[in-house]
Amino acid sequence: MQNGTLSTFLKRGAIWGFIALELVFFSLAGELLSVSGKGFLDLDNMLLLFKQSAPIGIIAIGMTVIMINGNIDLSVGATFALSAIVLLDSLTWPIFAGLGDWVIPVSWLLALLTGVVLGAVNGLIVWKTGVDAFIVTLGSMLGYRGLVFMYNGEQPTSHLNWTLVDFAEAQTLGIHTATWFLLGVAAVVWFVMQKTVHGRNAYAIGNNRQAAVNAGIRVGPHMMLNFMLIGFLAALSAVVFYSESGSVNPNDGQLYELWVITAVVLGGTKLTGGSGSVIATLGGVLAIQLLRKGLGYIGANTETVNLVIGIILIAVLFLDRQLNIKGKEALKI
Amino acid sequence: MTDHPPVLRLEGIVKTFPGVRALDGVSFGVLPGEVHALMGENGAGKSTLMKVLGGVYQPDEGQIIVNEARVQMSSPLDAKAKGIVFIHQELSLAEELSVAENIYLGELPRKSFGRVDWEKLYSQTNEILERLRVGFNAKTRVGTLSIANQQMVEIARALTHDAKAVIFDEPTASLTDAEKVVLFDVIAGLKSDGVGIIYISHRMEEIFKITDRISVLRDGSYRGTLITRDSNEDEVTQLMIGRSLDLSRQAVHHDLGSVALEVRGLTCGNLFRDISFGVRRGEVVGFYGLVGAGRTEIAETLFGLRNPSAGVILLDGQPTTISSPADAIAKGISLVPEDRKGQGLVLGMNCKDNLTLPQVGDLTAGPFVAQGAEVAIFDQYRDRLDIRTPGWKQLVGNLSGGNQQKIVIGKWLSMHPNILIVDEPTRGIDVGSKSEIHNLIRDLAAQGYAVIVISSEMPEVLHVSDRIIAMYGGRIMRTFTSDEVTEDNLIQAISGIKSDAAA
Repeated sequence: MQNGTLSTFLKRGAIWGFIALELVFFSLAGELLSVSGKGFLDLDNMLLLFKQSAPIGIIAIGMTVIMINGNIDLSVGATFALSAIVLLDSLTWPIFAGLGDWVIPVSWLLALLTGVVLGAVNGLIVWKTGVDAFIVTLGSMLGYRGLVFMYNGEQPTSHLNWTLVDFAEAQTLGIHTATWFLLGVAAVVWFVMQKTVHGRNAYAIGNNRQAAVNAGIRVGPHMMLNFMLIGFLAALSAVVFYSESGSVNPNDGQLYELWVITAVVLGGTKLTGGSGSVIATLGGVLAIQLLRKGLGYIGANTETVNLVIGIILIAVLFLDRQLNIKGKEALKI
Repeated sequence: MTDHPPVLRLEGIVKTFPGVRALDGVSFGVLPGEVHALMGENGAGKSTLMKVLGGVYQPDEGQIIVNEARVQMSSPLDAKAKGIVFIHQELSLAEELSVAENIYLGELPRKSFGRVDWEKLYSQTNEILERLRVGFNAKTRVGTLSIANQQMVEIARALTHDAKAVIFDEPTASLTDAEKVVLFDVIAGLKSDGVGIIYISHRMEEIFKITDRISVLRDGSYRGTLITRDSNEDEVTQLMIGRSLDLSRQAVHHDLGSVALEVRGLTCGNLFRDISFGVRRGEVVGFYGLVGAGRTEIAETLFGLRNPSAGVILLDGQPTTISSPADAIAKGISLVPEDRKGQGLVLGMNCKDNLTLPQVGDLTAGPFVAQGAEVAIFDQYRDRLDIRTPGWKQLVGNLSGGNQQKIVIGKWLSMHPNILIVDEPTRGIDVGSKSEIHNLIRDLAAQGYAVIVISSEMPEVLHVSDRIIAMYGGRIMRTFTSDEVTEDNLIQAISGIKSDAAA
């Protein structure tokens, strides 16, 4: 009765196979084109790749949950930018002047709170108005970005706190702080989705909302919680990134929502909800980062990178569709 | 009636499916300018016959004759090209487009460079609309029309082709009385144009009002044709159900408990009106009626999916309101919904997760779901209901219909409800599993549950119910005890005929 074991394997393992393919390809291409310097698979290079994956990756973990639940959030880039501004600006607020370095946890908390509140606003509107999440977060994407510009005009908001920079640049057990955050978030959210009631219900709602309602599941609160989670993670992503860089432009985080969704979809999560995996999203994030880095490594320019990623995204979805057609009886749509 | 040969004739149509002879040598013909009713119970073979006629199924034996020429219907499109047009119960219109665009969808008149010839489109459409004497024009957006007028658009679409026969499938199911008058006018118009009409309906009074002849199917075979003006409702009913049918009803011999659920004067807009009944513990109350009679809507209201506009619901004698499914579940009411796959199951989840879905919030160890406890519950109900699955990890979408239904029933039994509402308990379930589900329902009543069964299958309601409530057009027509119900009076009650004994 286990139907389609092979196709299940292909679907689940596809992203990791793709990553392996990328590694082999870029290593060989590097050799053939005799690119100068170290090999592509160099340990430092790979550790850096993980670190660079973290900002998109942390948000993508949240987006996986949102999409499993049957929603989408387009406002993550703006939330990311606004949280970054709150973080860097609050470090210099006079009322916190007496705190010394204790201002750091306070600013972190404020930034994370910003993300949670922005997410809660999205969630509340989706829940109470019943308007599609795509529309609601399209609106809040514009609105939140507006707030970013209202804060400081076209000017960047900057503040470097060296204690903070040291923390963000540290490598514990060889792994960068940002990578630790990414792995930690992935582990916690994986547990939530696999092992808790909230996770189970989120899958059920995304898979068959009517059946979930009929089973007495209160759909609204679950959706709201997930929007708060992704808001929190967008803010966490900003906190981790800007602790190190110390300067945020009002345009930062633009198009993040699309990169995040690309990573999630590459990982096999369905746009229609009900199915997906946090771990596979991690694979999707790495695959994109590898592609960017690898193409750069063999000398391709940014435009080429985007073109290739676009083509691969469509190819992957086409493959997924072919694997998911259940047989001849499936409706031709 | 005319002496012309039939526009459409079916001869000896046989269609078998694995294990079922769905059509067993059906023959009948429609004359030009005739309205010919096709009647039969659910499952008598009407829809199979129409699918053969429409080119959806190919018959195993027999032939279809259009205007004295033998034809083969290879597809619905082919049937349309040969002048056989269906007006389905479910309309398929593009609501955002105009009436004209809908009518000529796929065959818009063109000018050079592929441009649409709007003038021609609108003038052609208005010509047809004039024939139908409707109150809208070619440019009206279809979404703004009433259901009845949308039906007129479908009919207009039929008229663009040289329709020889038009088949109406339950056309009045969602029409008001005034709208019906308009529809009947149009049918009269088609009739005078010499079109042959097949009219499928359960509603006796319509049949006797507009048809010329009535052909009856039962159990896949043709039972005869009556001349409408020489016949009567009893004769048709007899032909439909036959005399030999064994009712095999299960007598009620267990003790009934207290009244678990009572409703008084329950009303919900136009869906149903002034509904009053009670269900005792240990009793099965069957709701029987046509599609659209308001039965499912009552169930949805009791389950908190709809808000009643008037009336009282009493649970164990206490007036109460039910605000949501979660609230209903908390108050001991469970609903096994009509659409098992769409409303009852999460197909992408496994058997265990589906069975424990409503109570997973209570099955926790710390912040996590206690899988051991879940599996224990699943095993318990798998044994009790004899759910056949290789294991709890099996995706519920891979189970047979009967086992899926047992998962849904098990889901609710594990919540220990007082009242179990089962909407179409055996829809899409094979014959063998049907009787299992029926026995299960009887057993549950014997165990003290108050059970409401909604069904469109007469043998089913007769078989499982202690009492039967017959509904028509959103109202209760009559309540039968199992002693007084017969197929005759039941069919009359749900067709809207007030008999002398009507309550």
